[in-house]
Amino acid sequence: MVDQEISESPVLASEEHKYDQPDLMGHFGRYGGRFVAETLMGALEDLDRTWRELWQDKTFQEDFDRDLADFVGRPSPLYFAERWTRALGGAKIYLKREDLNHTGAHKINHAVGQALLAKHMGKTRIIAETGAGQHGVASATVAARLGLECVVYMGAKDVKRQALNVYRMKLLGATVVPVETGSQTLKDAINEALRDWVARPEDTFYLLGTVCGPSPYPEMVRNLQSIIGREARRQILEKEGCLPDALVACVGGGSNAMGLFHEFIQDKAVKLYGVEAAGLGVDTDKHAARMSSGRPGVLQGARTYLMTNEHGQIIESHSVSAGLDYPGVGPEHSYLKDIGRAQYPAATDEEALAAFRQLTRLEGIMPALESAHALAWVDKLAPTMDQDQIIICNLSGRGDKDIHTVAAIDGLEV
Amino acid sequence: MSREINRIKARFVTLQGRERKALIPYILAGDPPGKTVEVMHQLVDHGADMIELGFPFSDPVADGPVIAQAHERAVSQGVTLHDVFAMVSEFRERDNDTPIVLMGYLNPVEIMGYQRFVELASQAGVDGVLMVDLPPEAAGDLLDMLHNRGIDMINLITPTTSDERIAKICRVASGYLYYVSLKGVTGAATLNTAEVEERVNHIRRFADVPVCVGFGIRDGASAAAIGRMADGVIAGSVLVSELAQYGNEGQASIDRVASRIAEMRSAMDDDRTNE
Repeated sequence: MVDQEISESPVLASEEHKYDQPDLMGHFGRYGGRFVAETLMGALEDLDRTWRELWQDKTFQEDFDRDLADFVGRPSPLYFAERWTRALGGAKIYLKREDLNHTGAHKINHAVGQALLAKHMGKTRIIAETGAGQHGVASATVAARLGLECVVYMGAKDVKRQALNVYRMKLLGATVVPVETGSQTLKDAINEALRDWVARPEDTFYLLGTVCGPSPYPEMVRNLQSIIGREARRQILEKEGCLPDALVACVGGGSNAMGLFHEFIQDKAVKLYGVEAAGLGVDTDKHAARMSSGRPGVLQGARTYLMTNEHGQIIESHSVSAGLDYPGVGPEHSYLKDIGRAQYPAATDEEALAAFRQLTRLEGIMPALESAHALAWVDKLAPTMDQDQIIICNLSGRGDKDIHTVAAIDGLEV
Repeated sequence: MSREINRIKARFVTLQGRERKALIPYILAGDPPGKTVEVMHQLVDHGADMIELGFPFSDPVADGPVIAQAHERAVSQGVTLHDVFAMVSEFRERDNDTPIVLMGYLNPVEIMGYQRFVELASQAGVDGVLMVDLPPEAAGDLLDMLHNRGIDMINLITPTTSDERIAKICRVASGYLYYVSLKGVTGAATLNTAEVEERVNHIRRFADVPVCVGFGIRDGASAAAIGRMADGVIAGSVLVSELAQYGNEGQASIDRVASRIAEMRSAMDDDRTNE
């Protein structure tokens, strides 16, 4: 049940067929695109032009590589989780340790890259949205380093459950604006950031934190994150002499998953699993499982799978982890789902919490609650696989920020 | 099914003959609940030439707090596109001349399906559709379906729209062009009329449909100033913020909407006679 056979996808059937998504207009098949008001088109066209120019530019690549090495601390290790592997009694489990990056999650990778872009474009002000606060912290960090003003929009509900990250952002000199509209979570923070950008496109760079939003963000953030998969590929070849059998990553917007998957998309034997948040259960109305229960629609600049009612209103999502609490998903994930290249199972709050505790006790690694959803799927997947098979799970962030959430569930105040 | 003559075109022809500029109020359908058709008639009685009727969406990213909160209220009341079509049909029972433009975000239309949306809009008596988050390059399918039914697709142009884009937009434009006079969301600061005039004149070089201006119009003076340079004046937030008071003040808030429109109308008309 866990390990459904992936049928040979017609789109990837030919060896010669190179994966070349998205097109120049930012379409991943029927998904993606640039569905924004005319008021934002100018700013997006500027960004698109500069991004395409810089991504091909040798100096930019060198600057980016240097920042990833010296500021972020890359490469991040690929760690063999030996005790956990033994406990599950199946496939060998490797963890890609993005939690060891500067600021504690994969978000810093694309933040560093977008900051270089902002600087190149002569912008003096960075705005960002954040859910769990990791992207907000990463944005505040790169802004501090470049001496740029930084404003972070954060749902009022997330401000409460991620108090530590809010304080970190403030220490870094950023202004954190609590967003009181709608569900007061990540979706509403993105709305507010877009509203800010429309009003001040000349001096402001919108440092978007995931593979969502209007083109070019999904492609740009994916490319800036693809270092995760490139390293993982090299590291697993060094350690095991072969490619992994499966990759597992959690999917909120889906940036850490795309970062890991991208390098392996053409390796059809490598199964891709993006784990969504099932909240209290996919059969309840408290979850964020867009792929299993949602349908395609248009939100925040892209066509993608959404949680929407039959009248086209967006439904509020729920997850114990703020970073997965989002009713949309990156358009490339929608595409990978439809062509059958990736699968999108879901893990409940409870399963994620169990995985959080398990990894903490067995490996001495405290994962972010977002990443714990990926671990929860590994917990089901590994025992169904042979001992000579390999799973790489993206440990996208560390759990420090979630300690008080877990403590509260345990009935403690810390 | 397509109409003999589109009401928007007819209305601009009539206005031109009378040397009058179009006054186009925007309100959000379903806010306050049950009052929309009454407010629409009031608007026409007090000088509106056309109505932009917003339909609610949970995530109105291009709108400022005033109109965004109206969307939230209407969504929480469960107002659907079907309800909005019913309002237009009811309005048409008494008024078969005033053009109605539906304005909103794409997702409700996507979920309903373009074909069904266009059929129901046509049956209800809708004359134009403005999809805020559907730029012309992505509008192909919907545009064709609307045009087949004689419904205009209204497009936005902004202070930052490049000439290349203005030309592209003007190639597909029908009904009128909506020039957004300010950077930012709806309900933002005040106008620089000289700047607006320069842009409107510039856009006219590309456009063969009327150019109307919205954002930043809040009273008689700003309406008259814009009426001097544009073919139409669009006012939204100022009216929606009055209607937001309906819960506390009831009918008085609708009366104020009527008097605000009357004030804009007379300021625009006086301005013409004084020339």
